[in-house]
Amino acid sequence: MSDLAKTPEKSEAPEADAAAAPAAPAVDPRLLVREEGFKGYLTEFTRKVRGGELGSLPVVLGLIVIAIVFQTQNSSFLSASSLANIAVYSSGMGIMAVGIVFVLLLGEIDLSVGSIAGVGAAIWAVLQVSNGWNGWVAIAVALLAGLALGLLNGFFFAKIGVPAFVVTLAGFLGWSGFQIWLMGKEGSINTPSGSFVENLTSYYFEDKIAAYGLAIAAILLYGLSQFLDSKRRRAAALPARPTSEIALRTGVVAVLCLVVAYVLNEPQGARGLPLALVLFLAVLLIADFVARRTTFGRQVFAVGGNAEAARRAGISVDRIRITVFGLSGLLAAFGGLFLASLSGGATKSVGANNTLMLVIAAAVIGGTSLFGGRGKVWSALLGMIVIQAIQQGLNMLGMASEIQYMITGAVLLAAVVIDSLSRKTQKTAGRA
Amino acid sequence: MSATPVLALRGVSKRFGAVQALTDVDLEIQPGEVVALVGDNGAGKSTLVKTISGVHPIDEGAIEWDGKPVHVNRPQDAQNLGIATVYQDLALCDNLDVVANLFLGSEIRRGTILDEIAMEKRAKELLDTLSIRIPSVRIPVASLSGGQRQVVAIARALVGDPKVVILDEPTAALGVEQTAQVLDLVERLRERGHGVILISHNMEDVRAVADKVAVLRLGRNNGVFDVKTTSHEVIISAITGATDNAVTRRKARTATASVTATAAKEDAK
Repeated sequence: MSDLAKTPEKSEAPEADAAAAPAAPAVDPRLLVREEGFKGYLTEFTRKVRGGELGSLPVVLGLIVIAIVFQTQNSSFLSASSLANIAVYSSGMGIMAVGIVFVLLLGEIDLSVGSIAGVGAAIWAVLQVSNGWNGWVAIAVALLAGLALGLLNGFFFAKIGVPAFVVTLAGFLGWSGFQIWLMGKEGSINTPSGSFVENLTSYYFEDKIAAYGLAIAAILLYGLSQFLDSKRRRAAALPARPTSEIALRTGVVAVLCLVVAYVLNEPQGARGLPLALVLFLAVLLIADFVARRTTFGRQVFAVGGNAEAARRAGISVDRIRITVFGLSGLLAAFGGLFLASLSGGATKSVGANNTLMLVIAAAVIGGTSLFGGRGKVWSALLGMIVIQAIQQGLNMLGMASEIQYMITGAVLLAAVVIDSLSRKTQKTAGRA
Repeated sequence: MSATPVLALRGVSKRFGAVQALTDVDLEIQPGEVVALVGDNGAGKSTLVKTISGVHPIDEGAIEWDGKPVHVNRPQDAQNLGIATVYQDLALCDNLDVVANLFLGSEIRRGTILDEIAMEKRAKELLDTLSIRIPSVRIPVASLSGGQRQVVAIARALVGDPKVVILDEPTAALGVEQTAQVLDLVERLRERGHGVILISHNMEDVRAVADKVAVLRLGRNNGVFDVKTTSHEVIISAITGATDNAVTRRKARTATASVTATAAKEDAK
């Protein structure tokens, strides 16, 4: 009886559905569809900014302000040697900041990177200089030690459940003690002349082909990848970037790359392309690729966005967490070698003082959210350039380090305020 | 129903500390069959679902897949078997876009690189075949409405072409039209030969799409009924625990009758 009552209702439903389906558009009519071409690009951009998706905009504006302020105070701020200095000094801590970006994407923090950098530098110096090991082997051991310390942090955090803040705070204290113990007898070990670690921050590719070649390769690679991507999307009948937009983007990248290459090569006092910058850019490119194009990167974002959802999606959350902390440790040790190179050797204080704070500040200033799941690897570059530009400018003006601390602190606060405010705006605009 | 069930639970028990959440629960799902799992709050429906989907491993009993005993200790185990779960709390990553959420944990790759284009294409096809309308597949899930998030969560369960789909209160937060869409979706799943476990408090929804109703009460089985041949009252009394016999039913009827009678008298005065 109830069978009869049910049949008509059930047989009707699919029919009605089948009739309605072709009429209904596949796209929600309320969606603001982006217009084609340059105008659509601009309106999209304004909408994003209004909605709180500021991206790199505050940093770029900040850099312009910094450049104008210091240039008016000291006309050599934008000189070739000054800019090359900023690039070289950005590299070591910038590489460490890349590791921090991954940790921040998880919504966690790693306070031990400065100490791990110090330990890495100390291990390298003790092995190569004091014990006479092959330089490459010593570097490899130092990097592996950084990786191991990071994995240990990750293990305590992910498997034991100790908050990352506390684990890495313990690491911050413990590993800096380990560093001082390692350096114990000598106190400081100078970098051997001609060693790779010395060259890290002092070698420049003086041949002009190096900088220009790299710039042109970068432009071609960027333009080509954008073009091929858009072609594949069109072939798959998906919305693709119009050619005009690709041309515009490639143009912006081209101007940036060529200006940097020109400044490194041509003006008075230019020394060519610094090795440190090449290595920093290589780390950035690889890390950006891993973050955006691989399963691992996707899973890092997922864990940072909603760890429980990630777990239920079959992602091994513990494995991701441990790996990210290991990566942070590895990059910290690598950055530590740069810091040792800059200060002329491994000491008890490599990676100490404000290194940790500057590294975290760089990632945040660059636009990576402290709240997890949102950010870009490139924020390590942008943020570190801001910090080093301020330091360089203040040094040139002869400001004492206490003033530098205060100003850097204010910049960090401003960056976090912008992050928090943009999150609020994103929530009201329904994008967070 | 003599065929081997695609998924069967035999005497499953689960404890949380001092609480015996599930005791000796049996459940069978045939391919192309919608089994509604009903019961009052705290009856153990969500716990049962979580044991099947590997969120909480079972303490005792056995889970059989195509007649063979299997161990489901992690969400990955359930996924590998072909069990997909849509949780009540949705379990989407707000910061990722629709495509990334749909393929989370089962990304399409070219070598080691994510194949965004293939994923976006398949996402569109999937959403189209389910007649799901979403502003864009490239916006973060955070900016979707509750109903849209629900259909994304359901579509997400279908990406790996599972054999059994578990829906935990899929219509609880939905409007009239969205509810109808989800119920249509459930029927489409059955047509495609998926086994479906549907948890719902809404008996109308259950009667509209389910083939069988399995009732849980205080963590135990309290009967499996054929929807077409069982009256509403029988299922309700199984849920609430009223003993199911003619006497109690008659008593309930006369009680309501006398209440209405007195109410009518009151009105007359």
